[in-house]
Amino acid sequence: MTIEEIQNEIIDEFSMFEDWEERYQYMIDLGKDLPLIDDQYKTDSNIIKGCQSKVWVHAEMDNDKIVFTADSDAIITKGIIAILIRSFSNQHPKDIINAETDFIDQIGLKEHLSPTRANGLVSMVKQLKMYAIAYQTQLS
Amino acid sequence: MLNVDEIRKDFPILSREVNGKPLVYFDNAATAQTPKQVIDTIVDYYSNYNANIHRGVHTLSQEATDLYEQARYKIQAHFNAKFSHEIIYTSGTTHGINLVANGFSSLLKKGDDIIVSALEHHSNIVPWQMLCERTGANLKVIPMNAEGELVMAEYSNLLSKNTKLVFVNHISNALGTINPIEDIIAQAHNVGAAVLIDGAQSTPHVKPDVQKLDVDFYVASAHKMCGPTGVGMLYGKEEWLKKLPPYQGGGEMIAEVTFEKTTYADLPHKFEAGTPNIAGGIAFGAAIDYMNGIGFNNIADFENELLEYATNKLLDIEGLKIYGTSKHKTAVISFNLEGIHPYDVGTILDKLGIAVRTGHHCAQPIMDYYKIPGTVRASFAFYNTKAEIDTLVAGVKKAKIMLS
Ligand SMILES: Cc1ncc(COP(=O)(O)O)c(C=O)c1O
Repeated sequence: MTIEEIQNEIIDEFSMFEDWEERYQYMIDLGKDLPLIDDQYKTDSNIIKGCQSKVWVHAEMDNDKIVFTADSDAIITKGIIAILIRSFSNQHPKDIINAETDFIDQIGLKEHLSPTRANGLVSMVKQLKMYAIAYQTQLS
Repeated sequence: MLNVDEIRKDFPILSREVNGKPLVYFDNAATAQTPKQVIDTIVDYYSNYNANIHRGVHTLSQEATDLYEQARYKIQAHFNAKFSHEIIYTSGTTHGINLVANGFSSLLKKGDDIIVSALEHHSNIVPWQMLCERTGANLKVIPMNAEGELVMAEYSNLLSKNTKLVFVNHISNALGTINPIEDIIAQAHNVGAAVLIDGAQSTPHVKPDVQKLDVDFYVASAHKMCGPTGVGMLYGKEEWLKKLPPYQGGGEMIAEVTFEKTTYADLPHKFEAGTPNIAGGIAFGAAIDYMNGIGFNNIADFENELLEYATNKLLDIEGLKIYGTSKHKTAVISFNLEGIHPYDVGTILDKLGIAVRTGHHCAQPIMDYYKIPGTVRASFAFYNTKAEIDTLVAGVKKAKIMLS
């Protein structure tokens, strides 16, 4: 599936929820299920420092696609990471570079990607794109 | 006794909704809400008196100057300073601390000691580190214990004839501990050291008497005392303020300027360069009037009741741990739910219209001591109610169910 298709699928899933509680409970559950980053990559150099919750990201190439794994010490942050990874992982670098993130608005989680929210997610999205740019340069 | 229902009518913001729920404001230690009496003062100033001060021959400037200086007298009276020129207007606590730290850089030499406490806010650590880098002085730290209290025996050991300055907050913002500043000041004076007390967290709850404390410097922020942001005060003993060099150069702070030499204005203007926050200063005075109108004894009694009520209710929640358990504390509760990140709890509470602070509260060393990433902090004011605490407790229980 393309990034856009995945994002539409996520929007569909979230449209079934009636209120914030169901949305958040779903994210919390996603956070719990997120396949964790391998411990060897949970290093300080892979850490994205938000003020409050820590976020770790690791990227690897699998043929011509990037595979991301990530983790956070806060579960709601982790839930959003799970959603971002689902949409960005296993994709071509150039598609990641061009991908939009406004589907987060549409699923009612916009406040978590606000630059003033001290949770590290904004920097995480930036970091995913940086990895994509770096791998794209290697490919071309 | 204090009538909280009547008091709440003074605070327009308390009737707004957040995320569709009535606002429960428990982030008072970060900034207190503003009563309409203070808001009206600001509106009145800009509507009727706005002019630059201390320099005009015209009536508006004269009236604005009078209002601003009257507010200084109110601050002087509130803190019981001996002279009004011992009250320096600042932009807040941080500014006051930096002003003193900067002043001391010309008074310190290599080998001198500065003592701070393990309970400090970052704004009370960084300026001293910078000062030590500039002067070669050493920074020493009074350690804390598991209750979140300073270990006073260690403090006595750190003091010596090399100690030039001691900096401690009156009340810790992260834990609410009330520090024994009378004892800290007396012991410092025994070795000839000066003491600066950070009153950012104490001034909303108690009325410090700077002469009785015999403190050398005391700083506070208006916004924690129902006043506006961007204004605060530094109290300094006259002899110290005369000794310290000016902090910033500019208009207002000079007596005579030629290219050869400038002579500085007398106190307090020596430390008040440039056009100040005039409306803010006047409103600071109004905030002090407002709080005194309610009465600090009433405030303390009421808040202690809230603290006890909330502490008991929260401790009923299994797996909830409170950090900062000193018998001497103000209405601040820092806590965590076992195995749950404070940020997650704060996010759920926000959805329920409850404003708390989460994180390290600018006091990373305290979090390191407890080996936690941060806490959820609920801090109460005299306009909060037990019903709001019930809402908080229900919210924390809900967060616990959702998150575990
Ligand atoms: C103990 C303490 N010191 C200093 C400050 C800084 O105050 P301001 O930001 O008003 O300068 C705060 C504010 O949170 C505080 O709690």
